[in-house]
Amino acid sequence: MAEIMFWEAVLRAHDEELANDPMVLVMGEDVGVVGGTYKATLGLYDKYGEERVIDTPISENGFTGLGIGASFLGARPIIEIMSVNFAWLAMDQIFNTAAKVRYMSGGQLEAPVVIRSPGGTAHQLGSQHSARMEKVFMGIAGLRVVTPSNPRQAYGLLKSAVRCNDPVFINEHELMYNMKGEMPEEEYFHPLEGSEIVRPGRDVTLFGYNISVHWCLQAADLLSKHHGIEAEVIDLYALSPLDRAGIRDSVTRTHRAVIVEEAEPMVGVGAEVMAIINEECFFELDAAPVRVSALNVPIPYNHALEKTALPDANDVVEVVRTMFGV
Amino acid sequence: MKVADKKRLLREMLFARRFEERCYEAYVERNIGGFLHLYPGEEACAHGVLEAAEMDGDYVITSYRDHVHAIKWGADPREVMAELYAKETGVSKGRGGSMHIFDVNNRFMGGYALVGGPFPLAAGIAKAIQMKQGKEICICFLGDAANNQGTFHESLNMAKLWNLPVLYVCENNLYGIGTRIDRSTAVVEQYKRVSAYNIPSAQEDGQDVEKVYKAATKAIKHVRSGKGPYFLELMTYRYRGHSMSDSNAYRARAEERMWSKRDPIIMLRDRLVGDGHLTKEEYTDMDTEILDEIENEVIAFASESPEPQVSEVERYVLAENDPWVRGGVQ
Ligand SMILES: Cc1ncc(C[n+]2csc(CCOP(=O)(O)OP(=O)(O)O)c2C)c(N)n1
Ligand SMILES: [Mg+2]
Repeated sequence: MAEIMFWEAVLRAHDEELANDPMVLVMGEDVGVVGGTYKATLGLYDKYGEERVIDTPISENGFTGLGIGASFLGARPIIEIMSVNFAWLAMDQIFNTAAKVRYMSGGQLEAPVVIRSPGGTAHQLGSQHSARMEKVFMGIAGLRVVTPSNPRQAYGLLKSAVRCNDPVFINEHELMYNMKGEMPEEEYFHPLEGSEIVRPGRDVTLFGYNISVHWCLQAADLLSKHHGIEAEVIDLYALSPLDRAGIRDSVTRTHRAVIVEEAEPMVGVGAEVMAIINEECFFELDAAPVRVSALNVPIPYNHALEKTALPDANDVVEVVRTMFGV
Repeated sequence: MKVADKKRLLREMLFARRFEERCYEAYVERNIGGFLHLYPGEEACAHGVLEAAEMDGDYVITSYRDHVHAIKWGADPREVMAELYAKETGVSKGRGGSMHIFDVNNRFMGGYALVGGPFPLAAGIAKAIQMKQGKEICICFLGDAANNQGTFHESLNMAKLWNLPVLYVCENNLYGIGTRIDRSTAVVEQYKRVSAYNIPSAQEDGQDVEKVYKAATKAIKHVRSGKGPYFLELMTYRYRGHSMSDSNAYRARAEERMWSKRDPIIMLRDRLVGDGHLTKEEYTDMDTEILDEIENEVIAFASESPEPQVSEVERYVLAENDPWVRGGVQ
């Protein structure tokens, strides 16, 4: 296995899928000549041409709708939204068309589009470039939501998403594009449902997704080293549908749960996982589940304020210590 | 246009009129629920344009005012009515309703409820046609008020930029619900607005089906030749309120009377009668036959059809048994 960077993994998936099917196309702002804001489409414009690697005007709702319309006739568009904050402008087409067209046509039409976007908080980009919106996409029937935490997932999830006949939203992270990780040499398709146990443990489950998986892993190391607490870390790479069985099984093993999300707590992944725990395995619990979330504020510019607004591994350690009274 | 074609168009438009009027009654009888937007007065628009298009080739997409476009594009009127009756036998299996008529086999790509929503979808359909190097085009019908949405401008820009084979037809009935066009729109003549995108356009009398046909033939020829999009504005009028929940109080009765003198069906009928191709009796017989067909076949089919199974409410949300959900494992 070779080590590659996250952006290289996304690029490889794009490249292979463009080569595999002439109806695959890539579209978005600066995905062509520039090669993508985070290099996810670097070189593809030269390789596949401007009709399949399309630099779009800055018209998020328009080009997303255009991609959806093309998908009605068998095109497989991969739509890059430069930053998830701009996806608000495309919500009409994503929610009102892509997510609903199969249903309201009685199964006659489908919209097999992939919409991918960096959707985390980077450093000091200010309130309008720091939103986390995965919770918004999760709340919509008819849409799949996945979020990779490493290059292997980034590659395999995109490959499966392109071939899947449902609309799939892929939530990436600005700070993760240069992250390195192991990558299989051979072609690989990651499941779009389920979850992964990235660190087994017996005392408490830490649920993370995307960047928060890494905070969970750091916290698990610290908890093991300093407090003898063995945390299990579950990677919820599929946010919709969520892996009910995986959540239940882990909590049934550890009897304690902490959900770690980069977003604000309101109506979020943490709330949703807690509801699943209540519904699936409430009587297995030895302690009330806790979520570690951002503060309920627009993300500030000032570095210290920004850091305070966001959760990190230390916050996870603290809530687990409180949970165990150590 | 051949006389036989004119007579067929007359019959089709009269059928559309009677179909919509019967929908009105069915709504009052509570057999149709939800929002219901009717088309009487505007028949020449859909019929004239689609008469000039290629059936089983070209794609059609429109708004919520969609029954007549679907039927003209091949949908079985019985299945359209069954959809309005929320039946499993409806075109969209009772999941869509009046505003979401879909008949994909006939390339009727649907009715959509968000004003302006279909603009980019039509451009996308055209993009896929272009990728496949097809000779088909996509025809998108929308109202005048939809042109104030961002999607109008975004889609026209992309359609011209990439010379996509799409014909935008603006059915200008002068109102968006109760707001008259000059109260919502700085440039009232819609065909002028697209010149900002270098898209050729024309304005035509939307009450005269022959004129619409002629203008559409020219527009379609342009689009099919690979020269990119075209915009056709048709001046028309809806007789009823915007939807069944609209009292229509905002329009002057004199204005309504003026438009009713230019009824698309009566105008074509009188022309055929005047030219000696049709008698008044033949027309009356045709009408009786249509009313019979609507009652005995269309309404009967819709009434007698079964409702969807409640146990199937969660079908069609996601693809069924898609192997890629499991990473390609069967
Ligand atoms: C995005 C959006 N905004 C508002 C509405 C409510 N609405 C439905 S139809 C309509 C008027 C549209 O008028 P026009 O485009 O001229 O079409 P017409 O109904 O006259 O055929 C409005 C405001 C809607 N359905 N979608
Ligand atoms: Mg109107």
